Amino acid sequence: MPGKSRRDFLKKSAIIGAGITGLSTSTAKAGPKNILSPDRMGVLVDTTVCVGCRNCEWACKDAHNLPAGNLESYEDRKVFEKKRRPDHTALTVVNEYSPGKNSNMPVDVKVQCMHCDHPACVSACIVGAFSKQENGSVIWDTDMCIGCRYCMVACPFQVPAFEYHKALHPDIMKCDFCFERTKEGKLPACVEICPVEALTYGPRTELVRVARERIKKNPDRYIDHIFGEYEVGGTSWMYLANKDFSELDFPKLGDKPAPGVSESIQHGIFAYFVPPVSLYALLGGIMWISKRRKELEEELK
Amino acid sequence: MANQLHNPVPIKRKYFTPGVFVLIILALNGLVFLIGRFLFGIGAVTNLDNQYPWGLWIGVDVAAGVALAAGGFTTAALGHVMHKEEYHAIVRPALLTAMLGYTFVAMGVFVDIGRWYYIWHPLIMWNGNSALFEVGICVMIYLTVLYIEFLPIVTERFIGRVNLPGFLSILNKPVDKFLRVLDKGLSKTMFIFIIAGVVLSTLHQSSLGTLMIIAGPKMHPLWQTPVLPLLFLLSAIAVGFPMVIFESLIASRSLGLKPEMHILTRLGSMIAPLLGIYLAFKIGDMFIRETFVYLTEFNTASVMFTIELLFGVIIPLRMFLSPKVLKSPLLLFIASTLVVLGVLINRINNFIVAYTPPYAEKTYFPSFGEISVTVGFVAMLVLAYRFIVMNFPVISLPGKHSAPQAKYTIRGVGK
Repeated sequence: MPGKSRRDFLKKSAIIGAGITGLSTSTAKAGPKNILSPDRMGVLVDTTVCVGCRNCEWACKDAHNLPAGNLESYEDRKVFEKKRRPDHTALTVVNEYSPGKNSNMPVDVKVQCMHCDHPACVSACIVGAFSKQENGSVIWDTDMCIGCRYCMVACPFQVPAFEYHKALHPDIMKCDFCFERTKEGKLPACVEICPVEALTYGPRTELVRVARERIKKNPDRYIDHIFGEYEVGGTSWMYLANKDFSELDFPKLGDKPAPGVSESIQHGIFAYFVPPVSLYALLGGIMWISKRRKELEEELK
Repeated sequence: MANQLHNPVPIKRKYFTPGVFVLIILALNGLVFLIGRFLFGIGAVTNLDNQYPWGLWIGVDVAAGVALAAGGFTTAALGHVMHKEEYHAIVRPALLTAMLGYTFVAMGVFVDIGRWYYIWHPLIMWNGNSALFEVGICVMIYLTVLYIEFLPIVTERFIGRVNLPGFLSILNKPVDKFLRVLDKGLSKTMFIFIIAGVVLSTLHQSSLGTLMIIAGPKMHPLWQTPVLPLLFLLSAIAVGFPMVIFESLIASRSLGLKPEMHILTRLGSMIAPLLGIYLAFKIGDMFIRETFVYLTEFNTASVMFTIELLFGVIIPLRMFLSPKVLKSPLLLFIASTLVVLGVLINRINNFIVAYTPPYAEKTYFPSFGEISVTVGFVAMLVLAYRFIVMNFPVISLPGKHSAPQAKYTIRGVGK
């Protein structure tokens, strides 16, 4: 059954990919592209299926022209002794945790950008170098970035990494949901290589349905929580697990979009430039009155 | 009339003193690490990493730098907008401090961003949702406004005194003519820039507080609050006059002048209410969000919060209420220094101490290189300040009265 739905998703993604290439004429705008398409794609990560082979790590590096080494070297399970984070050498990493309920297999969790529906990085970036694309991916534009690292401050999942060792043209590095591959109708590299189908690529709404169904059918296998369905307003990547997500090092986050408060303050201060202009007028008035009063005082003398 | 006390002149002193040599060494030490940063990258000089993307340079050079340059807009509002001429003698030194302060803020940003050669990008690439974009644009415009506000001091220095060397001397007349035209134009339009300066300051001082809000739960609840922009604005307004007093007393000591206590005492009497408003909002916010529970824990956050509030706000607030403090240069200096340090610690707390990334492996502490660069910048700022007050009419000599000057008219300019 997962195979069938995957083929189905593949077809749909090809159609969407074609649509995106057709729409990619950029128009002048005062802010970055931030599209929340109803047909946006996502990935459902079933951590109860993942075996920790780390093939996805290799495929990711291979697809993004990062030094990947040979695939066999990834069989070494010693790396699990330490919890790792994505960085400029690896845009995704797999960490291993102790077994969850009704299982004696360790839990393996793939970590990468969650591709939020309301991304903090898109909201924060000073030049609008980040954008949320129609297919759900949150991507970064190297031609705009000034390297201020505010995206890293903003990201609730602590995902974007910076090339601190580079004196010239350091990049912000993070998973781009294989934007270039999916544009051509291909699957994201990690999804394609996964030998156990722990990763399911498809329209997000569909994935939520699939995830709910899996929990309902196998209540012993999963805890009743799809991480990413509601967290920070929803993410394109979602997770299923058999133990509490906080035990798997997922941050505890509310349902509100991360940029919400900051954006409403920002727009409050700048509502059609009314507050600054009013303040200017007010100060001008005070200045005129106090000057006039001074002049009158002088005249009276 | 009080405005007779306003008689700015270049202060003629020997530039090089033992203290100046110490500053030069500190500045050179900073330069060495600056070169290292540009040759080998940010990672080579700083302790910043993917867990802690912002450190000392953003927390102190930028955030605290902007706050401590607030004397510029608060004195401009007092002296020019409210037209209190008795304070005009401190407007110019405060303006100079703000101008140099913001220049070094810009340099701090330039050093901290990974792609310094793209620093102009925000001018053409806009993101209206970003608090940082707002801060960036406002600071850029305000810096320009500060330079424009400083221009009359330059024209005043050179009008009637243009003396170019060698064959350039044929340009003496045209340059003088140009300065006079410029000066006349500036004196007619200056009010536009002065009001703009106050508005721009209000905007970016508060937006600097909005910056960390998007970090959400990554910021310690003692500091993370939706009223952060208001707290930043109120603390900036409150630190403006203490900074002016702090700097004025140091300058008069260093240049061997009598402290201008007649102005500083009156300025000091306005600080307590401003600090009080800030304190009320800070405490009010703490009780509304019930964050005082975190103060019962004993950790870096609670200790730093207590230091910031007790030594930076409450103690100086009490001091500024006392007439004895207001009349004593030493006590006034201590109280002002406490407020200045309090705001400095507050900005460090907001940007560094409060920031607790979910996957931190270690806590951040600035490297020797980072500290060297920050100290170096401060040393360079002081050296530039000293040079400018010795060569431009910035500081007013108390007691040496001349005829009262109308605003922005300059000697030698005939009507």
